[in-house]
Amino acid sequence: MALLNIAEPGLCADPHQHRLAIGIDLGTTNSLVATVRSGSASVLEDEAGCTLLPSVVRYIQQDVIPEVGLEAQLHQTDDPHNTIASVKRFMGRGLKDVPGASTTPYRFVDSPGMVRIETRAGVKSPVEISAEILKVLRSRAETSLGGELTGAVITVPAYFDDAQRQATKDAARLAGLNVLRLLNEPTAAAIAYGLDNASQGTFCIYDLGGGTFDISILRLSQGIFEVVATNGDSALGGDDFDECIYRWIVEQGAIADATVTDARQLLSLARKAKETLTEHDEARICASLSSGVELDLSLSAETFFALTASLVDKTINPIRKALRDAGLGMDDIDGVVLVGGSTRMRHVRTAVADYFKREPLTNLDPDKVVALGAAMQANLLVGNRKADDWLLLDVIPLSLGLETMGGLVEKVIPRNATIPVARAQEFTTFKDGQTAISVHVVQGERELVSDCRSLARFELRGIPPMVAGAARIRVAFQVDADGLLSVSAHEQTSGVQATIEVKPSYGLGDDEIARMLQDSFTHAKNDMDARNLREQRVDGLRLLEATQAAVDQDGRQLLSDTERASIDRAMETLRVLLTGHDHVAIKRAADSLNRATAQFAARRMDASIQRALTGQRLDAIEV
Amino acid sequence: MAITLSERAANRVRKFLDQRGKGVGLRLGVRTSGCSGMAYTLEFVDETLPEDIVFESFGVSVLIDPKSLTFLDGTELDFVREGLNEGFQFNNPNVKNSCGCGESFNV
Repeated sequence: MALLNIAEPGLCADPHQHRLAIGIDLGTTNSLVATVRSGSASVLEDEAGCTLLPSVVRYIQQDVIPEVGLEAQLHQTDDPHNTIASVKRFMGRGLKDVPGASTTPYRFVDSPGMVRIETRAGVKSPVEISAEILKVLRSRAETSLGGELTGAVITVPAYFDDAQRQATKDAARLAGLNVLRLLNEPTAAAIAYGLDNASQGTFCIYDLGGGTFDISILRLSQGIFEVVATNGDSALGGDDFDECIYRWIVEQGAIADATVTDARQLLSLARKAKETLTEHDEARICASLSSGVELDLSLSAETFFALTASLVDKTINPIRKALRDAGLGMDDIDGVVLVGGSTRMRHVRTAVADYFKREPLTNLDPDKVVALGAAMQANLLVGNRKADDWLLLDVIPLSLGLETMGGLVEKVIPRNATIPVARAQEFTTFKDGQTAISVHVVQGERELVSDCRSLARFELRGIPPMVAGAARIRVAFQVDADGLLSVSAHEQTSGVQATIEVKPSYGLGDDEIARMLQDSFTHAKNDMDARNLREQRVDGLRLLEATQAAVDQDGRQLLSDTERASIDRAMETLRVLLTGHDHVAIKRAADSLNRATAQFAARRMDASIQRALTGQRLDAIEV
Repeated sequence: MAITLSERAANRVRKFLDQRGKGVGLRLGVRTSGCSGMAYTLEFVDETLPEDIVFESFGVSVLIDPKSLTFLDGTELDFVREGLNEGFQFNNPNVKNSCGCGESFNV
């Protein structure tokens, strides 16, 4: 007997046509899956009643389904090479971009694009490992909902770049999930709190998880959430609080040489004490160590707060920076949302409330809020709610553009454009008879290619030989609803085209986006100067080339010796200045060369018209 | 002529209505479709219709149109858990046979 859920008025599905949709929070430490049933979102439990699935995968042997979750987590210390935790940190990253790779126990294999890990079951990519986690969540959802899933919304950090998003999407596909879209984690949290029901507002999402801290400023206007600023600390989380308590225990108990087993036991007691202190004023810590020492300590909330006050303080500065990046003051914030299990700690809540001078939203479980928001979005996307209820859009975090002559960036899609978006721009050839162009796609806010991030490169060949500037090459950029980019180039006069799939090149540091944005502000003046110089150089070079070609062709017939000499002088002056750095001087020299050749150009024009007309009957001339 | 909710079902419906933040009750109905003739519908109600027949069960208003009522009379709506799956179940005395999954039925 199929079990039914209550549908929205008029939206009851036909039998066997239920559109089951889920939201997945694919976290660094834990993952969750949620769905909307009978109009309300809830997180799905496994057979044991647990909602959190530790994001840990353990490979047992070739061709055997790996262990995922708690049972894998148990083997983290005794089978470190084959038990992969926090794989999210490696998604879409090259080895050199993985922070602290040397401190992890994994046997990394650096391969083009993304790092891989050698395990007992073979070499695995982060995409494959993440897929194992997603498979478990998918099967949990299918048993709970009693049917095939129509689709899933998966959340990613707001600062994830194209490569990391693509990797997440690939993992989902590998797990057999139909990805409706990727959703930014802070946006999901805001949805879960129904903040999207307001017409507008600016919200701060404070996300303190197990190992990472993220702060995001979201702006909602006309139903569109825009991530205006992100900041954080990729090495700050609940684990650091456990570590503090652990050190306190070691100190109080005067434990000189803790064995590995002792350390693990004490660390887990430390975590329990932390959890106890979120509700109680005192936590007892009892342990018997391998040395035979019996430990019985009592940790007061006050002591705990004092021990970890510096950790809480460390979260304040990123908030300040994010607000500054967004150009906002405290009064502009309409609401603060707490996300992540670590925000259960009372002194964290107090600190946030004190800083913002308002009570943060906490009535949803901070561990579940992201998954719940994702589920609500998924429910909407499969059509279980009337679509006009909300329309939710995201924006691209960094401008996308391409390299033009002189190493300059031409922005095609500006930062903060709402996605999906498609923009096209026309480009042309630089040299006479040029038959190919190289399209170099870059990401960033700076003026020079060398300061931006290279995303992809491809060539359009087979352009028919033409005079410089005659070819019309249309380059189209398309960013789909998940923030993934594809670029195509098309030469219009001849019809040659190269619609090439852009594979996002993997590897951009966590703080990179924030840094790139910051740099674009601090270097704004230098960048503009550099841009002017390069532009003048490119123009100057083009002028030299064109003049040289014209002089070679017609100089003998159309120029007197003195005229010729003055053009040569002007060209020489320009040529010398082009190697320098004074863009004003280059401009002046180019102008004077232009003046020196004005007469010559006019004569060439006359001559070519004459040539075209000679021997033609008037009515045969096509105008 | 009556339609009832089990207490468990009524509690669930009340909870769902609270979370949804609007709605005056629950609408039961049948429509012709599915693999075995007729199928149940279960929806929130935002607006009552003039022809609606209203039953009260554990404080929840259950609305039904007269045509559907002929096929559903005597039905008790229950809320059940089966393993990880949970949802509402129609216990309809009028059913002669239903399709394998029970989503559609014949009277």
